[in-house]
Amino acid sequence: MSSLNSSFAALADPTRRALLSRLARGEATVMELAKPFEMTQPAISQHLKVLEEAGLIVQRVDGAKRPRRLAKAGIDAMDQWLAMLRKALEKNYDRLDEVLAAMEANGETNKETKPTTKTESNKKRKKQRTL
Amino acid sequence: MTMTKMTLKTEGDIHIVVTRRFAAPPEAVYRAHTEPKLLQQWLLGPEGWTMPVCINEARPGGKFRYEWTNAKGGGFYITGEFVELQPPNKIVHIERMHLPDPTPDNHVETRFDPDGTGTLMTIRMTLPDAQTRAAMLASGMEHGMEASYVRLENMI
Repeated sequence: MSSLNSSFAALADPTRRALLSRLARGEATVMELAKPFEMTQPAISQHLKVLEEAGLIVQRVDGAKRPRRLAKAGIDAMDQWLAMLRKALEKNYDRLDEVLAAMEANGETNKETKPTTKTESNKKRKKQRTL
Repeated sequence: MTMTKMTLKTEGDIHIVVTRRFAAPPEAVYRAHTEPKLLQQWLLGPEGWTMPVCINEARPGGKFRYEWTNAKGGGFYITGEFVELQPPNKIVHIERMHLPDPTPDNHVETRFDPDGTGTLMTIRMTLPDAQTRAAMLASGMEHGMEASYVRLENMI
């Protein structure tokens, strides 16, 4: 439970999510991770520390370097974040279903894509009503 | 309604592909993607957001601008240009999100293909590079996602 909470706290920061998505593409050193961001290496190291304490990434020793990679929990967390993005999109399309149903109820779905004038589309509606 | 389930997949290094089926024919789905009064009813993301500004010049070279806001004073907007429109089957446009700095251009091709009496919609996004795509998926519509994030956190 607490590790789930700390992983979501870790994910609340956009820089940390970007770091995770970079690590999703493979192991990287602090210097490599800092490059695309306009941040100092200590600032990046601080973010990496939060991610590490949340169990989302791990480091190994390679001479003087400490390359980081995603932990299993990090992969799961990214999946969950993607699931939320998916959910927001799904919500849009569920709403669109309702908009389309309302258009159909108004007899609009068979209307020309671009009615040339308002009167023409009104005429058409009138015609449909008499049918 | 299980037929309408959305898919969201990455493809290669720089693409994102979204598919979704609708019960309505392509003519209606196309209109709902190009007419401001219809767009403002559904293109809203998580609950609590509205789109007070929806400008859409649906013609090749035409521009669009969508602005979203929530009750907490949050907000962001997207601008874009239409490249190609083939009503009711195809829309090609370029868009970017302003947060407020603009994100790299997203090249989007949307198809509405007849599927029985309904429509199969396929959106294919092309980002400039793998890093941009990763950042886009990772930031997940930064502002809009906040509500979902809070909801999920409350569930834990």
